[in-house]
Amino acid sequence: MAQTEVEPAVGSLLRPLTINAAADATPSTEAPALAVKDLQAWYGGFQALKDINIQIAPRQITALIGPSGCGKSTFLRCLNRMHEVIPGARAAGEVLFEGQSIYEQGINPVLIRRHIGMVFQKANPFPTKSIFENVAAGLRIQGAPKAMIAERVERSLHQAALWDEVKDKLHQPATSLSGGQQQRLCLARTVAVEPEIVLMDEPASALDPIATLKIEELMLQLKQHYTIVIVTHNMQQAARVSDTTGVFMVRPDRAGELVEVGPTRQIFTNPQDSRTEAYITGRIG
Amino acid sequence: MATQVQPVAGTGAVRDLRRGPANFQARRVRSSVMLGLIYAAVVATLIPLLTVLTWVFIQGLPALNWDFFTQLPGPADDPHQGVANSIVGTVQLLGIASLISVPLGVGAGIYISEFGGSRYNTLLRFATDVLSGVPSITIGVFVYALVVLPMRSFSMLAGGIALALVMLPILIRTTEEMLRLVPGSVREAALALGAPMWKTIMRYALPAALPGIVTGGLLAMARAAGETAPLLFTALGNNQWNTGITQPVDALTLKVFFYAGQPYEVWRRESWGGAVVLTLMILITSILARVATNRRAGR
Amino acid sequence: MAVMSKPGRLPALEAGRGATGDPAFRRLALILATTVILVVIAMLINMTWESRESLNHFGLGFLVGQVWDPVHTIFGALPFIYGTVITSLIALLLAGFIGIGTAIFLAELAPGWIRTPLSFLVELLAAIPSVVYGVWGIFILGPFLKSYVAPGLKATLGGTPFFAGTFYGPSILTASLVLTIMVLPIVAAVSRDVILTVPPSQREAMIGLGATRWEVISRAVLPYARTGILGALILGLGRALGETMAVTMLIGNRGQITPSLFKFGDTLASVLANQFAEAQAGLQRSSLIELALILLVISLAVNAAARLLVWRAGRAQGAGRI
Repeated sequence: MAQTEVEPAVGSLLRPLTINAAADATPSTEAPALAVKDLQAWYGGFQALKDINIQIAPRQITALIGPSGCGKSTFLRCLNRMHEVIPGARAAGEVLFEGQSIYEQGINPVLIRRHIGMVFQKANPFPTKSIFENVAAGLRIQGAPKAMIAERVERSLHQAALWDEVKDKLHQPATSLSGGQQQRLCLARTVAVEPEIVLMDEPASALDPIATLKIEELMLQLKQHYTIVIVTHNMQQAARVSDTTGVFMVRPDRAGELVEVGPTRQIFTNPQDSRTEAYITGRIG
Repeated sequence: MATQVQPVAGTGAVRDLRRGPANFQARRVRSSVMLGLIYAAVVATLIPLLTVLTWVFIQGLPALNWDFFTQLPGPADDPHQGVANSIVGTVQLLGIASLISVPLGVGAGIYISEFGGSRYNTLLRFATDVLSGVPSITIGVFVYALVVLPMRSFSMLAGGIALALVMLPILIRTTEEMLRLVPGSVREAALALGAPMWKTIMRYALPAALPGIVTGGLLAMARAAGETAPLLFTALGNNQWNTGITQPVDALTLKVFFYAGQPYEVWRRESWGGAVVLTLMILITSILARVATNRRAGR
Repeated sequence: MAVMSKPGRLPALEAGRGATGDPAFRRLALILATTVILVVIAMLINMTWESRESLNHFGLGFLVGQVWDPVHTIFGALPFIYGTVITSLIALLLAGFIGIGTAIFLAELAPGWIRTPLSFLVELLAAIPSVVYGVWGIFILGPFLKSYVAPGLKATLGGTPFFAGTFYGPSILTASLVLTIMVLPIVAAVSRDVILTVPPSQREAMIGLGATRWEVISRAVLPYARTGILGALILGLGRALGETMAVTMLIGNRGQITPSLFKFGDTLASVLANQFAEAQAGLQRSSLIELALILLVISLAVNAAARLLVWRAGRAQGAGRI
């Protein structure tokens, strides 16, 4: 993996940042996988997000960082309408998936989520199902034929770099795996249905450094096939893996806003917004 | 900005996020059907409740008059009769049952919550659960063998003991749970003042838990007042005023049971009347308990 | 704080004024608590002792004896065991589906404002005295079934042995239906509590895969909650087996082994309710007490099984959490 170590241009970080080499690449000219326009979100009467505009490039990793409570997880959920699961949550504005507005009347959220999958903060395998059945879960609900399921499960476990560790115990309960393995299992479960986009909500925050590194390596592999949006509180992680970084901040009225978005190298070395700079250099958050 | 609808790579068609593939239609239909069945299940739960309540009130309320509460039972052709002795009997039985079960239940609850070792507590809780799962008719048979046979007589005492066994597990559990909710700081404060353990519990912890225990006790009494099976061969029932603790005594539930099986209109009316009184009692106790619990939770 | 709730173990704290009363207080509480265990043991011993005549006379044959004849003092428990089992199973089958459905609604689908009142109504259903259900069954449900349901069943399924004979009102069917209503709230309330313990992350995992609402329930929620729901069903079974008054008032009280749900039956509990008070001392009473003993042992076993399941469910879910 080609990575470069640089001294950040601004402020004084304790450690030099490792920045993903691809972050230097010129911005993609392809049509965005997701385009978000003037997105607002509320929990009951509380506005959690205000006027979010961002375009997510296909087959790249977009990292969303920001202090806790800034609405970045809420934003992530708005991208596949998972926010609707939370009572009282609602969103307005536009989220265009391949140019189609997913908030439009008649769009079925179930179909959106089948194409825009999600990996959660805490590994959440199905404890009553085996390792195999965990990965197969999404395929089973779609009624995939048997042979296809077996093939996809194996491929997904390979993609999640889990195959070698579990190939001899596919029919043991998923809970027999370690925390890091469980999270990779959840990743395999998500990619098994071949979504276009994978949303990750702090996928490594509950893991030890080695397991975290493993997840990051996987993300870099997976971006060949999938568009990845990751929410993380770990700036180093954002710098290591992402091509584009978006910075969320809490406004004075406590709503979250996206203050800056740009190529990762630029965000970390030459931020345009003073709040970004303050956050990156550790003065806030 | 490229925000026109894009065709899916390789197909030339826009991704279908509305209808989905054919088998998705089937999945959607299955989901709707199953949710429909769930709603049907809710209706199936509510219908009996509502019809029971409706009929009990329609049939029972007209039976409630002055005679019902003040007169003794009479022959089937006497319109001026009541179940006064049964109502008094139920109250007497509940009194005896409470006298026995409250000290036992509260004491056992105190022991489990304040003293018991974990293994003995597991055994005590298991015994409590077992006792609450014993069919009430079996309690009747047990008390018959234990009290009625040696005393050679059905009696108010036997009925009270039977109902005490119904109330006991509820009281133990309530006391234990409510004492657990009392913060340790209350005990700590009392002990720090030099109060002995027993005073700490009786003067400080127990009073703090008392409202909850009283609520649980009321529910236990309501439950016992609605019991028939344990009384069938302990209190037995009769048609007169009760004359002593060693004599048989009537209970409202016994009257409801005996009269319901009789072909006479007057007695059937009394049966409905008893049913509505029992239902009202349960309704009021449950609502009171709910309100009391909510108020405590809200504090 | 946890230490303070068991201060009896801290010797320093017993030194307060008047602490000499503490050992006595503790002993008193221990005696009161131990009474519960003694009652349960006494129940088993006492009822075994009181049924010794029957136990000696009939032995294990009592369990399979099909005749209950007080005149010739021949007593067999099978018709009552059959009646108990058949009514309980029908009730459990119906209450299982309806109760779990209601539990799913209360825990998963119901909007917030409807949950509390509906849960309260379900609990109310459990609190109504058995004898009230009996009265309702005799005067309302029985005649209703006779006028509107039985003819339809007769016309469609009358050829099968399950609906043979004339429907009078009291019947195995009527008793089973009222039993269903009485078991329902237990199954619904306990299942609801179990389903509420399923972590939201389990639902989200399934939703994130593109599952419909029913698929989330059937493939994430119910599998996770299955042990606890089984416990709820067994608790319901326990109540059905021992339920007395409503069944006594509605089953017709004739001990017979028949496939027809239209016919009269009798259960362990209902035969006790009907015959015990007037039973002859000696073999008849002893046999009736043995019926009570059978009922006691069955319900002890069922309750212990339910408790074990709920306990194991708690442990398994504890292990499932990371």
